[in-house]
Amino acid sequence: MSREVKTKSNLEKVLAAGLFAVTGELGPPRSAGAAEVEEKAKHLHGNVDSVNITDNQTAVVRMSSLAAGLILQKTGTEANMQMVCRDRNRIAMQSDILGAAALGINNLLVLSGDHQKFGDHPQSKNVFDLDSVNLIKMVKAMRDERRLLSGQEMHEGEEPRLFIGAAYNPFADPEDYRVLRVAKKVEAGVDFLQSQCIYDMPRFKKFMARAVDLGLTEKAYFMAGITPLKSLGMARYMKNNVPGITVPDELIDRMKGVPKDKQVDEGIKIACEQIEELKSLQGIAGVHLMLIEWEHMVPRLVKEAKLGPSQRK
Amino acid sequence: MIIAERKPFEELKGFVADKKKVLVVGCRGCVTVCNAGGTKEVGILASELRLDAGKDGRELTVDEHTLERQCDPEYIEELVEMVGKNYDAILSMACSVGPQFISTRYPDQTVYPSLNTLFMGGALQHGIWAERCQGCGNCVIHNFGGMCPVARCAKSLQNGPCGGSANGVCEISKEVDCIWHLIATKMMETGKVETDFAPVQPIKDWSTSRDGGPRKVVREDLVK
Repeated sequence: MSREVKTKSNLEKVLAAGLFAVTGELGPPRSAGAAEVEEKAKHLHGNVDSVNITDNQTAVVRMSSLAAGLILQKTGTEANMQMVCRDRNRIAMQSDILGAAALGINNLLVLSGDHQKFGDHPQSKNVFDLDSVNLIKMVKAMRDERRLLSGQEMHEGEEPRLFIGAAYNPFADPEDYRVLRVAKKVEAGVDFLQSQCIYDMPRFKKFMARAVDLGLTEKAYFMAGITPLKSLGMARYMKNNVPGITVPDELIDRMKGVPKDKQVDEGIKIACEQIEELKSLQGIAGVHLMLIEWEHMVPRLVKEAKLGPSQRK
Repeated sequence: MIIAERKPFEELKGFVADKKKVLVVGCRGCVTVCNAGGTKEVGILASELRLDAGKDGRELTVDEHTLERQCDPEYIEELVEMVGKNYDAILSMACSVGPQFISTRYPDQTVYPSLNTLFMGGALQHGIWAERCQGCGNCVIHNFGGMCPVARCAKSLQNGPCGGSANGVCEISKEVDCIWHLIATKMMETGKVETDFAPVQPIKDWSTSRDGGPRKVVREDLVK
């Protein structure tokens, strides 16, 4: 399924070559501590094709995704800079997009953004000038038409050549509508998509079958989101407290069935089984590993799941 | 209508702590309908202030008056005589428009807002009001099954629900409906998904909203 390559992105190169891609995730520190980013980057280096750098996730103030992304790139791993619609208007977005591309960012992943009510500044004003679908459209026009939203043109070679990503969530409601929501992102021009953490595999497969039927997987690369369960407590927390994530009872029971000190191993085992299933699932181009604050587990997971650059050689 | 609610009594008490004579002014418009600042609520606040002052042994005279509307200079004029009685403060029980009109007309008066003005909305049932409009200045609810995502989506999204929508409620609170859940469900039920809903909604122009600066409507045909 080789497709036209539009950017210098390593992730795009891997996907376009038809290899099963792997992306990771890194949460920047709540400080100016570059060393913390470098430390986390060590665990990801050589194990993934690129790494999402979150943009003030859960609306908690952190080092900017651009800055942390550049620190990561110095260590030899490509960044997927995330950008949410919560904190910037169209002026700031375009400005940061131009700056990021100028500094060597190749991938931009756009999201609505968690509401600030959850974060450490619930008193703040939010922006939401554009939504994520329109942000995709704007970045695509900047890249492919060399046009800012105002219509202002850019010289050839000076446009931001970014590989554009977004998220999709087959587990949020209304279930039947979810595939149409991602269809809008595809229509807007997204290049790759990463899903919310998958625990409910039957529901995910049902979703993907519809996405394949609608031809969406021919137009964008669909990656599947994986977060291994660390414990029974985490499984229960995800099931009961995280909007838009479903955890089936079978998984809860499976975690319950092993002693506490073996639950990490069981979580990794479940993740490996899921990844094995996803490798042969029609329309899935790779996996997105979300092990925030658990980055040191990435080398083990990619090894056991036989994933990533080091396993391809 | 404009929905408002009375400020906490402690805050109102603070406004009059060093005053001897105050006037509480109600409004027979929206705030009467939403039970926040009509004749009845003026009476209640005035009594509470008097009782509280009495309890503390403070001398405080509280007069009461309710205007037809506080958002119209014609009715604000009615206060001329009362203002002449040298009040130390006027407590307006209208939405925030009222105390601003009173302050402008009577610049030497100290005017306090007694309500917090919340939103444009309506009554879901007696005693429950909900937001419906944010005054963006370019109504497009017909694109969304007659529901407004600008006012009713916590993120004002124009192209469908975010990933935080679960069981029909918004990620910010189980008490808040996900408006996109309602819009999407209605579209699917009425078979309008493909025509009305699938197309990407254009980037919204906020210049007609508050973002374009304070707004004013001039109807030349009505201006004398």
